[in-house]
Order: sequence, then C-alpha cells, then structure tokens
Amino acid sequence: MAAAMHTATLPFFSSSSSSSAYKTINVSGRLRLGLAPLPGSLAGRKGSIFVIRSEAGFASGSNARARSSKLITNAVATKPDASASSTGSKPGHELLLFEALREGLDEEMARDPRVCVMGEDVGHYGGSYKVTKGLATKYGDLRVLDTPIAENSFTGMGIGAAMTGLRPVIEGMNMGFLLLAFNQISNNCGMLHYTSGGQFTIPVVIRGPGGVGRQLGAEHSQRLESYFQSIPGLQMVACSTAYNAKGLMKAAIRSENPVVLFEHVLLYNLKERIPDEEYICCLEEAEMVRPGEHVTILTYSRMRYHVMQAAKTLVNKGYDPEVIDIRSLKPFDLYTIGKSIKKTHRVLIVEECMRTGWHWGQSTSSNH
Amino acid sequence: MAMAAHRLPSSSPLRSSLSRILRFSRLFSSQSSDDQTVLTVETSVPFTAHKCDPPPRTIDTTPKELLGFFREMSVMRRMEIAADTLYKAKLIRGFCHLYDGQEAVAVGMEAAITRRDAIITAYRDHCIYLARGGDLVSALAELMGRRAGCSKGKGGSMHFYKKDAQFYGGHGIVGAQIPLGCGIAFGQKYSKDETATFTLYGDGAANQGQLFEALNMAALWDLPVILVCENNHYGMGTAEWRASKSPAYYKRGDYVPGLKVNGMDVFAVKQACSFAKEHALKNGPIILEMDTYRYHGHSMSDPGSTYRTRDEITGVRQERDPIERIRKLILSHELATSSELKDVEKQIRKEVDDAIAQAKEIPMPDPSELFTNVYVKVIWA
Repeated sequence: MAAAMHTATLPFFSSSSSSSAYKTINVSGRLRLGLAPLPGSLAGRKGSIFVIRSEAGFASGSNARARSSKLITNAVATKPDASASSTGSKPGHELLLFEALREGLDEEMARDPRVCVMGEDVGHYGGSYKVTKGLATKYGDLRVLDTPIAENSFTGMGIGAAMTGLRPVIEGMNMGFLLLAFNQISNNCGMLHYTSGGQFTIPVVIRGPGGVGRQLGAEHSQRLESYFQSIPGLQMVACSTAYNAKGLMKAAIRSENPVVLFEHVLLYNLKERIPDEEYICCLEEAEMVRPGEHVTILTYSRMRYHVMQAAKTLVNKGYDPEVIDIRSLKPFDLYTIGKSIKKTHRVLIVEECMRTGWHWGQSTSSNH
Repeated sequence: MAMAAHRLPSSSPLRSSLSRILRFSRLFSSQSSDDQTVLTVETSVPFTAHKCDPPPRTIDTTPKELLGFFREMSVMRRMEIAADTLYKAKLIRGFCHLYDGQEAVAVGMEAAITRRDAIITAYRDHCIYLARGGDLVSALAELMGRRAGCSKGKGGSMHFYKKDAQFYGGHGIVGAQIPLGCGIAFGQKYSKDETATFTLYGDGAANQGQLFEALNMAALWDLPVILVCENNHYGMGTAEWRASKSPAYYKRGDYVPGLKVNGMDVFAVKQACSFAKEHALKNGPIILEMDTYRYHGHSMSDPGSTYRTRDEITGVRQERDPIERIRKLILSHELATSSELKDVEKQIRKEVDDAIAQAKEIPMPDPSELFTNVYVKVIWA
C-alpha cells in the first residue's frame, strides 16, 4: 500500500485540470502548488471518492531547490521578510484566528478524504474554542469524531489510524490534557518511524490550545513545548497570527511527519486579513517580524505581541531590535536565526513558560 | 529413487528398506499437499462464552493444513530455542521475550484470517512476525541488530514490523498497542475495507486503563477490532491471581462479548478467530482470551522458575504442548509416521541453523543510520 503512494499513476484528473481547481501563488516563478498523490487503496474503493492528483514540486522560497516530481512539504508562499504577510496581492478577507484554523482544516478535509478530526467535543459541540464548528455537519460524524474523555486512547487511536494511511488531526481540548497521552506521543508517534526502519509514517497533527489564559488555574495553563522537545521524530510548530495559523495548519496536515501545533488560548480572537487564495506556511521556517540591527529577540506564540509592544518602546529610545517569531520549535530554523545572530551578536529570548523547564534550555543546548 | 529401487533384485533387503522409505516419503509428501480430504477434529475443551453464543467444538481440516500447522509451529519453536542460544552467546543483547509454548495462538490466528487483516501485538512478537510471512533470516538478523533485519536493525527484538503483511508490530510499552489497534480498526472501517484487526495483549497488560478506554470507543463506534488476551498466567513475575481481582479476562469487557479459548490447541484458536472476525465485522469488538503458557521466563533475563515450579512447566509441556497435540493428531489419522515427523523436525533444525549462519554474516547497520528515519524528508538532516 505505502509503496504505491509516491509512484503510482492513478487514473484521475491530470495536473492541468487540477491546477484550475485551485488558485496558485507564483512566488519566484518556479513554484507551483502541488498536491500529494493519494494512495490507490482508498481511491480505488467503491468508486465514490474522487482524487485529484498532480505532478508538482515545491521549492523553498529562501533555499531554492531544483523542482522534483515528489511533493516537498516545506513550501513557502511568501517572502521571509513579508511581515505584513496578510496583505498579499489581493484584498483578502478578514477573520479571527480560530476561524483561520477552521478554514485551513476545512480546506484540507475537502482536498483529501483521508483527513479526519478526533477529539473531545469537536463534532456536535463544534469544538470548545469553535475551531471545528460546522465541520461535523459538513463531513459527517466519522470524519469529525467526538471522542470520550480518554486522551491516552484516542491519541493512540489516531496514531494507529495514521499507520493505516489516514491523516488524523487530534485535538487536545487543552494542551495540558495531552500529558495523559505522553506515552503515545513519545513512543508510538515520535519513534515508530525509526523503530520500524522507515516502514510506517505517522502523519498526525496533534493540536490544541495551551498557555496562560485568564484565571484558568495552574493545570489548565501549561506549556508542553519543553516536555515534547526531547521526543525524536516529532515536529513542533506554534502559530501566532491568523495568517500563519491557517498556513501552519495546512502544512502540518500535509506533512508526513507527526506535527504538534501549539495554539494559544488568548490568541483565538485575533482579527487579521488573510489572502483569499490558497497558501501554506513552511513548517520549518521562522518569521521575521521586524528586521533590525542591534539585538535579536527570539520569541513565539503570544509573547510575540508583548515583544512587539516592547519593541515600540525600544525604538522610541533609539534602539533597533530585530524580532523573529521562531514558529518552528522543533526543528529550529537555524538559518534565519543564525543569520540574525551573526548580524547583531546579541540575543534576547522571550518565552512564556514555567520558571524551570523552559523550552529554550533544551533547545539551545541541543542546537549549539 | 523409485527407479533405483526397481533395479535391485526383489529379494534385496536394501530394496525393501528403500521401498519402505519411498512409500513413507511418498505418503508424507502426498499428504502434505492433500487439501481435499476432510478430517473432522474436535477442540480439546468447549469454548466458554460471555454475552455471545460460542462457536461449535468440531472443526474441519485437511491433511495439508494439519501438516502445515506442525511445520509452522516447529519452525517457531526452533527459532525461539535458537534465539535462546544466541542470547546466551551474547549475539543477541537487550531484551528478548520468547514465545515458545504459545505457538498455537500465532499459527491458529493466521490460519483463520487473510493477509489483509491486521495484527498488532506487544513485545513477544517474533513468532507473529513469522506467521505473517516474515522469513527466518530477517527475523534473526533483526534480533542480532544487523542491517538486513526487518526493521533495518533499528528496532530489535521488541520492534518487528511487516507493513506489506499488515503486521503493525512489535511495541515495548504494554497496553499502548491496544489503542493503536483500535486506530487501525478505525482506519479499516473508514476505508470500508471489510477487514478486521487483531490486537494482542497479555494478562499483565489486561489491567491497563487504556484497554478499557479503547474498548469503550471500539464498542461505541462498532470498530472491527478483536482484542486477544494471550493469558500465559504470569505478568513477568506476578501470577495472574496476584495482579487481577478478576482473572476472567474474557469477561472484563462487560458489555463487549468474550470467548475463552484453549490457546494450546491450534484448532480452537483457529475456530475462535474466524468466529471473532465474523462477529467483529458485523457487531463490533469482541474479546478472546487465549489460555496459553510460556515455557521460558518473561524474557531471557528471567529464569522463569522463581515464581513458578519446574513441575508446573514440565506438566504443561507433557499435557498441553501445542506441537505434541498436532503430532498425536497426525499420527492418529495416519498422515505420517513418527520417524517422518522427526525428519521434518531435523530438516527444520537445519533450516534454522542455516538461517542463523546467514544472519551472522550480515553486517551491522552503518553508523549514519542512527540519524535516518527520524523524520520523513527533513531539511536539517
């Protein structure tokens, strides 16, 4: 089954017709949005599933590579320093961050019948933060699955389903609840690709809100980045704007690796204008929020906004900080960060975390 | 050989012994390909059921199947004993959990299902890998950590996988494979495959919370999963009555039906598994409790005699050994003579020895393999 995934020629729409189904963004003239070939087993079944497949290759915006016929998931739809990334070439539409997440999820579920969602109250209730609102009515109860309160098992179930070829998006109602599923995330999600000698891939997305909210209490205000940092095989990203929320959600779903998408409880109602056309944010790239000369400030998620406020004060005082939203927590975008540090020679890290067990302690030592 | 016998004078003792060998080996080879004659066997004990009607005790088989069972189980037995020797010779390191005594479960299950059905188990996985079509060389190479092992030498004893045969491993943390198995069944249901998943776990793992969580979800959504408890009565060093308030594992599903099966009888296992598959595809999950036994300790670091008596072990070996049971059946139905069966065993022994020699020649993985297969298509390799 898996062997067919990348090389099978499926008797479906050819690339020329499929590209008209999506609007594409041409960044460097050599990029084209492409779609992953879907496995023959699902597509050939019962004849009621239509699959669109195209031959396409991605090249990363900043690290241009020769186009290949295989899908490379590190696509970039925008230049790295486009901090006003939401303007794009067209007016776009305004929405809140949680709606952007939903849009990304909806688009991916429409595109690929293997994508499904599972979590507590994601279906009929619409999600505790409304990220999955309306999806159950659209896609049915099997694809948007309401699970009982059993994080360990439904995370395991999602991982097992991913082993058969599905692409589940597992929602933890609060990231802290996923601590119950730590064994599944660490051993079965992160390590399975390695211990099986590459036989199985686990294309899950584990997402949920975490971080400090308003009086949510200690147990509901946790950050799990430092706990998950040491799990091999896992990719971690944190979204901070509506634009990158949608882009990262889509990229995470398309990635063959297990991705943990960290959202923040207090950022769900951020309003932003995002492009109408389809786009993806590269999973492994950091975002240059404000280029500068004097100091590199590394941050992610909600702290980005605090840092930008502080940057205003700094600028008034005559300093020129460079603010980078690292977005990719594992693996780091050493290219962007390294380039910046080489320029400024000063780093300030701003992170929301427990006083002991900060994510950076792990990552800076491992990425020296 | 037939020609040679005829050229000898009819009174020659050589000719008569040759023709006797000829007759018997013709008997054996003809029987082992005979799948037309129907033999009816009865399972050793009837099934005990919980919330369902048990399947019948009588089951039809053919000589080919009987002889095939004998062969497969003997290969498994031989491989596990060989692994024991290799471990003591320090060619296999780490944990090595041996399956000898439990072969009937692996063989009977495989006989009842297709290669499109999925099997997932915990760390006592060597023989399930063989049953799913894995070959001896890749199994032994994986045990010794060589690069041609089934997981490229990166998994080890507890991480055997065979994706093309729907064998999902091979897991170190007991109980964690149960939600995975339910997930595989979810995937099968989602893709409308009409296949089922057999999720194996032990009596030790039967007390894990995730089993009950997964059971609840499987029953809620009618997932085609069969939960098989390989009850060998000892969770490492703890006897089942010391760990479980209710050792009736087939009843633990409460609202999920269950069946207790004599796991040392390959026909009982086969009958139960085909019954269970049919049930799961129609009605959702079912629990099978296989009453089985392991001769070795929990793993190679456990002598296996501190928590049970040697008499108990030899007693089970004499009364309930799965291979002996099949041998008796073969002899009673006159499908082969006992010397022929011994020849088969000798042949298997040689096969396993050859596989060991072959596996020993395979080199260890390249050190660069430490960092491959961590991510799929990563930039920062």
